[in-house]
Amino acid sequence: MMTMPKASDRQDDTANDNNVGSDNNHQAVSQDHAVRKRITSKSVLGLISLFMLIPILVVLLSWTQPVADIWTHMREYVLPQVLKNTAILLLMVTTISGTIGTALAWVTSMYRFPGQRFFSWALMLPLAMPAYVLAFVTVGIVDFSGPLQTALRDLGISTAIPSVRNVWGAGLVLSLAFYPYVYLLARQAFLSQGRRAIEAGQMLGLSRSRIFFRLALPQALPWVIGGLLLASMETLADFGAVSVFNVDTFTTAIYKAWFGFFSLTTAAQLAALLIGVIFIVVLFEQYWQARRGNAVTQGSNRRFDASTPAKIAMMLLCTTMFLIAFLIPFLQLLYWTAMNFRQDFDARYIDFVANSLIIASMTTLFIAFLAIIIAWVKRQYPDKTTKLLTTLANLGYVVPGTVLAVGVFIPIAWVDNQLIAFGITSHQVLSGSVIVMLLALSTRFMTVSFQPVDRQLQRLTVNQEAAAKLLSDSPLQRWRQVVLPVLSPGVLTALLMGFVEVMKEMPITLMTRRQGWDTLAVRVFEMTSEGMWARAALPSLLIVLVGLLPVWILLRQSDKTG
Amino acid sequence: MSLNAVSARLPSTKLTLSVAVFSMMLGLVGCNKASTPEQDTDAETTAPVAEQGVATDSAATDDGQVVTIYSSRNEQLIQPLLDKYTEETGVKIELVTDKTGPLMARLQAEGKNTPADMLLTVDAGNLWQAAQQGLLQPVSSTVLETNVPAKYRDPKGQWTGLSLRARTIFYDPSKVDATQLSTYADLADPKWKGKLCLRTSKAVYNQSLVASMIENLGEEKTEQVIRGWVDNLATDVFSDDTSMLEAIAAGQCEVGLANSYYYGRILDEKPNFPVKIFWANQDTTGTHVNISGAGVIANSDNPDGALKLMEWLSSDKAQGVYASADKEYPVKEGIDESELLRSWGEFKQDAINVQKFGSLQTQAIKMMDKAGYK
Repeated sequence: MMTMPKASDRQDDTANDNNVGSDNNHQAVSQDHAVRKRITSKSVLGLISLFMLIPILVVLLSWTQPVADIWTHMREYVLPQVLKNTAILLLMVTTISGTIGTALAWVTSMYRFPGQRFFSWALMLPLAMPAYVLAFVTVGIVDFSGPLQTALRDLGISTAIPSVRNVWGAGLVLSLAFYPYVYLLARQAFLSQGRRAIEAGQMLGLSRSRIFFRLALPQALPWVIGGLLLASMETLADFGAVSVFNVDTFTTAIYKAWFGFFSLTTAAQLAALLIGVIFIVVLFEQYWQARRGNAVTQGSNRRFDASTPAKIAMMLLCTTMFLIAFLIPFLQLLYWTAMNFRQDFDARYIDFVANSLIIASMTTLFIAFLAIIIAWVKRQYPDKTTKLLTTLANLGYVVPGTVLAVGVFIPIAWVDNQLIAFGITSHQVLSGSVIVMLLALSTRFMTVSFQPVDRQLQRLTVNQEAAAKLLSDSPLQRWRQVVLPVLSPGVLTALLMGFVEVMKEMPITLMTRRQGWDTLAVRVFEMTSEGMWARAALPSLLIVLVGLLPVWILLRQSDKTG
Repeated sequence: MSLNAVSARLPSTKLTLSVAVFSMMLGLVGCNKASTPEQDTDAETTAPVAEQGVATDSAATDDGQVVTIYSSRNEQLIQPLLDKYTEETGVKIELVTDKTGPLMARLQAEGKNTPADMLLTVDAGNLWQAAQQGLLQPVSSTVLETNVPAKYRDPKGQWTGLSLRARTIFYDPSKVDATQLSTYADLADPKWKGKLCLRTSKAVYNQSLVASMIENLGEEKTEQVIRGWVDNLATDVFSDDTSMLEAIAAGQCEVGLANSYYYGRILDEKPNFPVKIFWANQDTTGTHVNISGAGVIANSDNPDGALKLMEWLSSDKAQGVYASADKEYPVKEGIDESELLRSWGEFKQDAINVQKFGSLQTQAIKMMDKAGYK
């Protein structure tokens, strides 16, 4: 550019101005167009990221005022235990939900065995069960005073069931609650990945296990890792479930600093540490994913046959998981609900359900829309800044809900106060409106939508895109005919996962809902905050039931992809 | 094909929904708050005067006013009382519930434009903190002064207790004789090794209990007691009082500490619940008593309305409800308690002013952390 003669410069300028002319000029125009498009795309992405970042930034700003004595205490007496527990939980959740989720996905998507059709959707049902609900139900059943041990004692068996109210119990329950993330994404991968390669492997005489470990798993790994990432982030941000088990984690330390020491500053600083750690993990994951190819071929939809003992083993595995992660807790909820139904149920529940549905639908649509934009920009311009911005836009998931809620609320209240100060309005317009709730929840669940959309978009091969460009001039047509069909399974996954997540969410809904706008999760809070577990069963059950519908659709859809 | 049908139909139903929502939202924003500020001439409430001009927007309200409450009290426990108040006075009440921490953060963020008039919380420590953060305003009310004993009120009048929550010892009568029980500190004695159940130290009730022990026994002795408790634990600590009481009933442990109303609620459902209550520290300082209480928000548009509601909540009629519906003890003396509460007997209450729970809370938490009380 710098050595370009002036004449050519002028020529370019005129070309731009006139927008017509020789081939040469046309190229310059389209280059210019490309640059403009790039800038627009990136600024859109930048805006979305900034928007998602504001709550986190508000929280992080508190770094400026250290509270020395609380920090000393936390460092000395709280953090060592907290770090240890958090590490154990993460390790347990990634190992257990990773193994189980992948194994179940492989078995149900590749083999024929009795109950295979049933399990392929039933194993996804735990997705509808909030972790905090699974936690209190599990403790309710398994603890010393629960029905299980009571029955055993009545039979004269002095039980050897150890206490579950510790980090191990919490780790198990979180694994059960979060394995569906891995299962769901891994299934999507197995069902649609290169069956031809697998068939070729079969013809070459590779054993099933080799086919799995050498062919299928490596191809599905980006999906599995995506699921694990969601599971780990959920684990780090969880407060409800670990409180039931009384396990001190990073999140509970944040709450301790805030609710115990009333130092929101220290709480925010701890949150900042947490975000920092996750940021590194996510960057690492992206780096790792970037080094992988995305070779995907389609193939037939034939399932493997297995020996009878293997079939029985698969059945047993699926049955066990279904029982402990869903059916037993579900039945317990049903039982508790039946016990308290007359006392608890009233007309307000219509509102609770409707509010939950509405806010979940709105948020889900909104974040799916944003997810498509982000994923698309990231694909078009896969450079470092884009990746960084993408990561930033997805960080909300790791911030404990209540902290994030405050981060959303502070700037919103500020805007409201400004509006009032300038006489534009006379009272709060934004805070307490559904918009705030929508924004806060979107910040939190962005990544739940982004993961499936992004991964699905990676399947659109460069060749496909190039062919589409050759065949059609209209970008709109290209989108409709090439991109959207490829993207739609991912978008649907995003919509449904997002929906279930919002249904289950509690702290943000609590903080940002407008007066009287209670949801099912708020109802659960009202009961559990007073330790009335059995009476939290009705709203919990409804959350699960309402969440089941999307889960079911999700599975039908993912079955068809294959 | 049908996949497309599903994916096509799904967003469209959602779209309809959200369109409905958006139009609803527009409606809601329009008719939001409707409080008429009354000129408050109370000399002590200087803070809100400056802001009162701001809220004159309110569309014509019917005779009653609106009192907006930020509450960390369980909704279903307080709502019936509030409904009764509305019925009697015509004053509308808006209730926003959350945990105390988020509610305070919300009040801070909203600043002078907060719609809230009253903060309703459980535990004196929380109210003390709210006052520390400048979120409450001092009020003087002869009604409150008459109804609520001084030890359950903030000396500066920034908040007042409305009901009492006694935290005391519970035991398994098949294994423990009441004569073996005496004080909270005694539960640290090695004779209870492997027999004690406790709720988590994260519960604000335990923090307040320990704060009161620091005041009554001194720091050193209290720390010894907590270490003793931890040594005596029969199992991991519980996340709530109810399951702790259930554990005693199931025989997992023999003694434990809980708030009396949790016990009362269990008895409502299981009259033969095999656990007994014991009033702690009767020969020494008296049983530890905490409050649920309220204060008027510093930036309230309707401090008068909030105060009137607080006064009403301290009246005989409302106080009776506290005892019968929630099994708490009325803060006002001479209220006829429910039969259940009477059956637990009279007891001596700790004389300490509950504001101490707030000022000693940090120290209490630190001490419990050091002693390994999770």
